[in-house]
Amino acid sequence: MGLKEFVEKSFKKSPWVLHYNCSSCNGCDIEILACMTPLYDMERFGMVNVGNPKHADILVVTGTVNHKNKEVLKNIYDQMPEPKVVVAVGVCAATGGIFREAYNVLGGIDKVIPVDVYVPGCPAKPEAIIDGLYKAAEILKEKYEKMGKAEEVLK
Amino acid sequence: MIRMSDKSTIPFGPQHPVLPEPIHLKLVVEDEKVVEAYPSFGFVHRGLEMLVQKKDFNQMVYVVDHICGICSAMHGQAYCQAVEELIGIDVPERAKYLRVVWAELHRIHSHLLWFGLLADAFGFENLFMLSWRIREKIMDILEATAGNRVIISVNIVGGVRRDIDTEQAKWLLDELKEVEEGLKELEKIVKNNYTIKQRTVGIGVLSKDDAYMFGAVGPTLRGSGVPIDMRTTGYAAYGNLDFEPVVETDGDTYARTIVRVREMFQSIDLVKQAINKMPEGEINVKVKPNLPAGEVITRVEQPRGEVFYYIKSSGGKNLDRLRIRTPTFANLASLLHMLPGSTLADVPVLVLTIDPCISCTER
Repeated sequence: MGLKEFVEKSFKKSPWVLHYNCSSCNGCDIEILACMTPLYDMERFGMVNVGNPKHADILVVTGTVNHKNKEVLKNIYDQMPEPKVVVAVGVCAATGGIFREAYNVLGGIDKVIPVDVYVPGCPAKPEAIIDGLYKAAEILKEKYEKMGKAEEVLK
Repeated sequence: MIRMSDKSTIPFGPQHPVLPEPIHLKLVVEDEKVVEAYPSFGFVHRGLEMLVQKKDFNQMVYVVDHICGICSAMHGQAYCQAVEELIGIDVPERAKYLRVVWAELHRIHSHLLWFGLLADAFGFENLFMLSWRIREKIMDILEATAGNRVIISVNIVGGVRRDIDTEQAKWLLDELKEVEEGLKELEKIVKNNYTIKQRTVGIGVLSKDDAYMFGAVGPTLRGSGVPIDMRTTGYAAYGNLDFEPVVETDGDTYARTIVRVREMFQSIDLVKQAINKMPEGEINVKVKPNLPAGEVITRVEQPRGEVFYYIKSSGGKNLDRLRIRTPTFANLASLLHMLPGSTLADVPVLVLTIDPCISCTER
């Protein structure tokens, strides 16, 4: 296996996940953490939780966007290298949920960054989150292949 | 003499691998020593207290449940107790005991969650996994008894939403026995492990006077030797149960860890007592749709300490004002006192030692 194939295979088989709590109630965040623990064990799909946006392929966001953290979220998204996939976990991240009428809530995170996968639930169950992340990994694979084709055209 | 150029500023958060929640600390460091710490807030502010004007008092129970996912049952409990006192209704005895059962289960799962995060903060990944494995048993109990894993929303104004029947209570006690076994294992690790002692003993010392002066609450206060626990005021069914506040005197991170570990055993004991003493009867009473005018305060002991609810009403369906003072807000002054003088490597441990819940604090 050449170096290029090796990188390609490890990229597709092992996406790294970055978690950011926008202004969630913690419910979805502790369920995401529970996904990494022995009972649910997200790592069997090759997914590793990382702390650095520059290492991450999948951004998992929980909670609604407010006026202060929309810039933080945009910043984290911009720091991630292409290709990247965004997963919105919980109803708050999708639409604003129970908080949508509150004065400091803008709505779902799709007001600020493009979202690929929505995981509903209040809070989303670990099974649903793992399902969403698995879908995100498939989308990541597609995006990676599209990027390769674009590079060939540019040559 | 220290020149200005010897100091550098390190941002900590809002997105940080140690923190599950966004808090921003601007740390001024001199070599490895933290000289000053400036917090910055507002990343989780949603404005929930204003929602009382848009939702009626029954709908608000679900909003206050979503202030924080970790201690949601206690937020609902505090709010319901306040509204019940305002209306002047007596909650059925059985509902009071059921509230104790769910609140104490929440306390166990919150402390286990905190313990895992602390272990993760000083790099003991294995212990994080171990404590979260024990925690899953509690989540199973919550799911079986209340229908959801994290935000269980069992409290309603006038009582509780669900009952625990005899068969389920028996199963619950069996499950708790297994949790207790796991906790004993955990306690052994905390008491004998070299790594934990190196990273926690003598770190973040808060003397008894300081803790009292800074208005610390919960395990942060009790770890410094002040026996204040809101459960001793006897709200819900705590007046009929037998317990003493857990107190340690050293005032460092290790003492606070021990307080929380001992509180988990105490909570198991309280759940057992509550289930055994629970009387038969109704679990909720009907509530009239309009509120009387007046104002009420309630105080409830959460896993992180005392939460304070103030409500004001001038009649009608909606409350005029809701004000919540959360335990983490009370503990932040102690955190800012502990940070200067510590090394940069200890900052994650110090931030976690007060068990911060930013969602509660900023609402």
